[in-house]
Amino acid sequence: MSVVVLVAVAAAGVLLGIAAGYWLPPNGRLAARNRPRPVRRILLPFTGQAISRRAFEAAVRLAKAENAIVMPAFLARVPMSLPLDSALPVQCASGMPLLEAIEQRLSSQGVPVDSRIGRGRSARDALRNLLAQEHFDRIIVSADEDPRAGLGYEDLKWLLERVPAEIMILRPAPQDTRRISTKAVGGHF
Amino acid sequence: MAAGVGKTFRMLLEGQAELEAGRDVVIGLLETHGRKETAQLAEGLSSVPRRRVGYREAVLEEMDLPEILRRAPELCLIDELAHTNAPGVERTKRYEDVEEVLAAGIDVLSTLNVQHLESLNDHITELSGIRVRETIPDAILGRADEVVLIDVTPETLLDRLRAGKVYPVERIDSALNNFFRIENLAALREVALRQVAEEVGAKRLTTELVGSREESLAADAPQAVGERLLALVEPYPGTQRLVRRAWRSAQRLGAELDLLWVRAPGQRLSDDEERSLVALRQLASVLGAKMVEEESDDLAAAVVDFASQRGSTYVLLGRSRPSRGIARLRVPLPQRLMQRLPGVDVRIVADRPLRQNGEKL
Repeated sequence: MSVVVLVAVAAAGVLLGIAAGYWLPPNGRLAARNRPRPVRRILLPFTGQAISRRAFEAAVRLAKAENAIVMPAFLARVPMSLPLDSALPVQCASGMPLLEAIEQRLSSQGVPVDSRIGRGRSARDALRNLLAQEHFDRIIVSADEDPRAGLGYEDLKWLLERVPAEIMILRPAPQDTRRISTKAVGGHF
Repeated sequence: MAAGVGKTFRMLLEGQAELEAGRDVVIGLLETHGRKETAQLAEGLSSVPRRRVGYREAVLEEMDLPEILRRAPELCLIDELAHTNAPGVERTKRYEDVEEVLAAGIDVLSTLNVQHLESLNDHITELSGIRVRETIPDAILGRADEVVLIDVTPETLLDRLRAGKVYPVERIDSALNNFFRIENLAALREVALRQVAEEVGAKRLTTELVGSREESLAADAPQAVGERLLALVEPYPGTQRLVRRAWRSAQRLGAELDLLWVRAPGQRLSDDEERSLVALRQLASVLGAKMVEEESDDLAAAVVDFASQRGSTYVLLGRSRPSRGIARLRVPLPQRLMQRLPGVDVRIVADRPLRQNGEKL
C-alpha cells in the first residue's frame, strides 16, 4: 500500500514539475507577454551618415515618458535610372551601420526599438512610402543646415501640412555639432 | 576606375616596353583626350589610322579593324574597350572587334573603367546616380590573361582634374559637381580593387588545378569557393539586427544572402508581427537579399532542405527563445543543424548585452 502511495506521490510530483516547467517563465524572468508593451510609435527618420544628437535625445526622452517604441528609419534614395524596387547596397553600406549605432544607443538606455527602411526617389518620397505603410504617433525630424544631410525646408513643410502625426522638428544651435555617426557602432558589426 | 587615372598612359608604357623588347607593336586605336603627356608617350609607336564612317550627315572616326587584321602586328594597343561603334561598322561594340583581333592571333592590350562591367552597372548607377550606357559582358574581362589595376587615390585624381590634366578647363566644374565627387571616387576605387582581387583569385585557383588530376574540378572551382549565407528570420523586431549582420558578413565575403522564415502550418500573425514581416521584406529587398517563406512544422528539416537546395555555406540564426516543458529536453536547433548540414558553418548572432539588473536591452 505504502509503495503505491509513494509511486502516486512521485508521479504527481513529476507531473507538477512538468506543468510548472511549462507555465513558469525560464530563468525566473518576466515572461515577454506579461511585460508592459509600448503603446506609442515614434519615427526617427534620417538620410545621411549621421544624425543630430539632440534629435536622438529628444526621441529617448519622449519614449521613456510615453512608454513608446522608437523606430529609426533610414531613407534611401533610388536614382531615376533604377527601378523603384532596386537593391541599394551602396547606400545601405553607410545606412546600416548608423541604424545599428542608433539601435545600440537606444537599447543601452532601455528604450524599445524597431528599425525601418524607406525607399523612394527622394528622401520625402521614401518617407511618404513609409508613412503609407504604417501609422506613427510622432515623428521627430532634425532640420539640418546641410540639405544633403537630412530633410530640407520643403520636406518639413510637406510633413507639417500632410502627415497626420505629431511632428517635432528640432533645429540644433549652429554651435551644437554633436552627432551620432557610423563611428559610434560598438563591437563587431 | 575612372577617366584620368592613367589607363591609356599605362597601356602605352607597356607598348613601349614591348617595342624595346623587339616585338612588332601597333596602336590600333588611341584616345588621348587632348592630353599632351599621353600623346608624347605614343611617339615612336606606329599606328593604324582611323577610318572615316558616314552616319546620316556626320562623318565619324572609328578603329580600322580590316587594316589591323591586314597589318597583323604581334601586339595591338586598343583603347576604350567598352566603346560602341558607329552604325555602319561591321560590329556594334569594340570588344567584338577585339575578339576578332585576338582570333587572328594578335595580342591585345586594352583599357576599361570598372563601371563599364555589365554586372556592376546597377551598383555604379546607385552610387553615382549616372547610368553608364556602354558596358561589356564580364566574361570578356574573365578571358584576359592579365588584369592590371591602375590605382590612384581619389584626392590625387581630383588634383589632376583641377589641374586640367583630365578634361579641358570648361568641363572641370561640371565633372567636379557630378561624377568626380570624392565619395563616388572612393567607392569606385573600392569596387575596382575588389573586382581585380576576385579576378586574380579565380585565375590563381584555376591555374593551380589545370593540368593536375583535379582538372575536372577546375571548371567548378570558382563556384566552389563562392559563399552563400542563409539567415533564419522571424517576424519580430530583433530579427532586423540579425539580417543586418548577415548582410554585412555577406558583403565582406562577396556572397549572396538568403533569408528564410519557416512558418508553422496555420500560424496566424498578430498586427505587430504582420508589420514586422512587411518591414523584413522591405529590408531584404533594399539589401538585395532573397527572402523565402516556407510552411513546415519541422524547422530543422525545412532549413536543411533549403540550405541544401541553395548551396548555403553559412547558416546564421539568432539566440533561440527559451524552451518550455518537455521541449527543454530536445537537442537545440544549432546542434541539429550542425549534425544535419556537415560542412556548413552555423553562426549564432549574439543578443544585445544585458543591463546590470539582468534585463535584456
